[in-house]
Amino acid sequence: MTALPLRPGHSGRPRPQRLREMSGRAGWGIVAWVVAIAFFLPVLWMVITAFKPESAAETWPPQFIFKPTLSEFRLVFSGMGPFLTHSVVATVGSTILVVLLSVPAAYALSVHPVKHWRDGLFFFISTKMLPIVAAIGPLYVIALHLHLLDSIWLLIILYTAMNLPLAIWMIRSFMLEVPRELLEAARLDGAGRIREITGVILPIISPGLVSTALICVIFAWNELFLALNLTVTNAATMPMYLISSVPQEGLYIAHLSAAATIASVPVILVGWIAQRSLVRGLSMGAIK
Amino acid sequence: MSYLRFRPRVLGAIGCAAAMVAVAACSGSSSSTGSTGSTGTVTVAVVSNPLITGQMIPLTKSNFEKKYPGINVKFATYTEADLRAAIEKDVSTHSNAFNVIMIGPYETPLFAKNGWLDNLSTQFIAKEPSYDAGDLLPPIAKALSYKGDLYAVPFYGESSMVYYRKDLFAKAGLTMPQHPTWTQIQSFAARLNQPGKVSGICLRGLAGWGDNMAALDTVVNTFGGEWFNEKWQPQLTSPAFEAATNFYVNLIRKYGEAGASNDSFNQLLTLYGQGKCAMWYDATVAATSIATTYPSMASKTGYAFAPTDLTKSSGWLWTWSLGVPQGTSNQGAAWKFVSWATSKSYDSLVASKYGWAAVPPGTRTSLYNNPQYQKAAKAFAGITLASIDSTDPDHPTLHPVPYVGVQYVDIPQFEVLGVEVGQQIAGAIAGTETVAQALKTSQADAAAYTPAELAGGS
Repeated sequence: MTALPLRPGHSGRPRPQRLREMSGRAGWGIVAWVVAIAFFLPVLWMVITAFKPESAAETWPPQFIFKPTLSEFRLVFSGMGPFLTHSVVATVGSTILVVLLSVPAAYALSVHPVKHWRDGLFFFISTKMLPIVAAIGPLYVIALHLHLLDSIWLLIILYTAMNLPLAIWMIRSFMLEVPRELLEAARLDGAGRIREITGVILPIISPGLVSTALICVIFAWNELFLALNLTVTNAATMPMYLISSVPQEGLYIAHLSAAATIASVPVILVGWIAQRSLVRGLSMGAIK
Repeated sequence: MSYLRFRPRVLGAIGCAAAMVAVAACSGSSSSTGSTGSTGTVTVAVVSNPLITGQMIPLTKSNFEKKYPGINVKFATYTEADLRAAIEKDVSTHSNAFNVIMIGPYETPLFAKNGWLDNLSTQFIAKEPSYDAGDLLPPIAKALSYKGDLYAVPFYGESSMVYYRKDLFAKAGLTMPQHPTWTQIQSFAARLNQPGKVSGICLRGLAGWGDNMAALDTVVNTFGGEWFNEKWQPQLTSPAFEAATNFYVNLIRKYGEAGASNDSFNQLLTLYGQGKCAMWYDATVAATSIATTYPSMASKTGYAFAPTDLTKSSGWLWTWSLGVPQGTSNQGAAWKFVSWATSKSYDSLVASKYGWAAVPPGTRTSLYNNPQYQKAAKAFAGITLASIDSTDPDHPTLHPVPYVGVQYVDIPQFEVLGVEVGQQIAGAIAGTETVAQALKTSQADAAAYTPAELAGGS
């Protein structure tokens, strides 16, 4: 009997605290799940709709039981070939250029800052301040006179220009993380600038480079405005194929879902492959 | 000190980038090719539409390119708004990216007047009697002509008509006349409307001159209204225009589908196909869409002419047609494609692959005289032909007007004005403003142009 009153006192303090902690964690867990599901459901619905016949794609109430068909995928595969090729070339080409140009630029703005490096840094980001719609007229005329309209080179150049400022800023912040001692040690060992970049800096910031490249890939892959206005057939990209799937007089939801599903696969795939570097890269600047 | 030493490298990097751009520019320009005669690449700008993406594009690969091995056809498919923007940019800057463009009766005379299109009659059709331009339906041919010559040839044509559910009409003991009036349609809609289940009538509400304004304009015309009087003064607040708009908006708000201000052809086709509409007023080409997408609904569907009030007929007239921009390369090959896609033999080619009911309707008399087509499209072929034949874009309204066009005004300013007014009407349908307010704003939008400006564009 005497022991009983002691029990609550014995474990009383830790239990509510642990309970509070656990319920707090569970609460956040639930919030995270709800948010994740809210983001994922539309994507799942798109994938499901892609397997529906066109007449069952848009119904109220929505249909969950239907006979799946691959006919829309077959139709998409038959038509998207050139669009996919152009998207891959423009995305990969521009991303390689961006990485090649932004590494030396970031180096000159961080490790060995050039004169007026602040102005340079601001200049790069200022090129993102003008909405692209305001520049499309001049861009069109310039491309017309250079005979670059509807050419994949134009998209590579423009996507490079579009992603370069962001890449420079990102890679610069990664380079600032490289310990000074390492660079000094390398210099003492007689490493020149090139050797310093390739031998010391690049291996350290490679996760950052991967995440930067991935972001450039995503931006270039999803870009529609420039492609729509400056290309016709010889350089038309996947987003253009998506919008061309929306007819004025006819049903399209299933077809569009199938096309959108296929269009998102490459980015998801690249992201999945680069997942580990991505997490390391994106959290690189976080630990100071 | 360090940046002084670094500078040459920065310059080097800039130099490299510049060199890359230059190399890119050179290889880009070398990729463009050009030749005359009946071979080469033909780039065709088309509107996204099942008759094109589902038929024309695959048939070009499987048939046309086999027939003409020297011609390589590339398609650029756009939504209607993007197509207009892309084509106008292309022909007005003479970029010449397109060898063939898909346009309608709104664009054809305007482009022809600007000298942007080839005269197909004198340049090609005159030398090729087998094309048989005399076989084209007269209102369609007239709508695509400028000063008597064809500047585009039709791929498919449409007017507007009423689709109704024969089963629901029979159950309610109602009979749809062949030529209904809008008053009759309203009373049918009131009888058949079951809120939440079946709308009495489904009508276009989505803002756009090719969307809600196409349907509303036909109501305005038959109610005795017009966009401009003979002095080019806007008439959007005239009693007839206001009565027609009130009628249309009230019909939707009382007996129409919910959320109508988001609906145009596609949404209404879905609703009708799923049995949510007792009546539907839209393009005649919907008959083909219902027959191919919702076959079970097609058997329950009856067809009636576009409803009227004061005029004898009221259907609109539209045709998606192919034209050849002036000054582009490979003109011979371009015409080869255009004539193939709009020929009589194209119809039988489609029929052999997809069936006669799926043939692009509304362009050639011969199709409607074809016994096989008459059999396959028995229910709607006759009324489609009669609807198109009853249109007269030169005299669309009750009173004389200075403009051409049933559901549009054929002036360059209409592209903007039509959308502005369409937005006001969509607002009235959604209930965010009254019809009177919407028309007052619309009248002010129209009055922003002087009569002289408007007349210059006609």
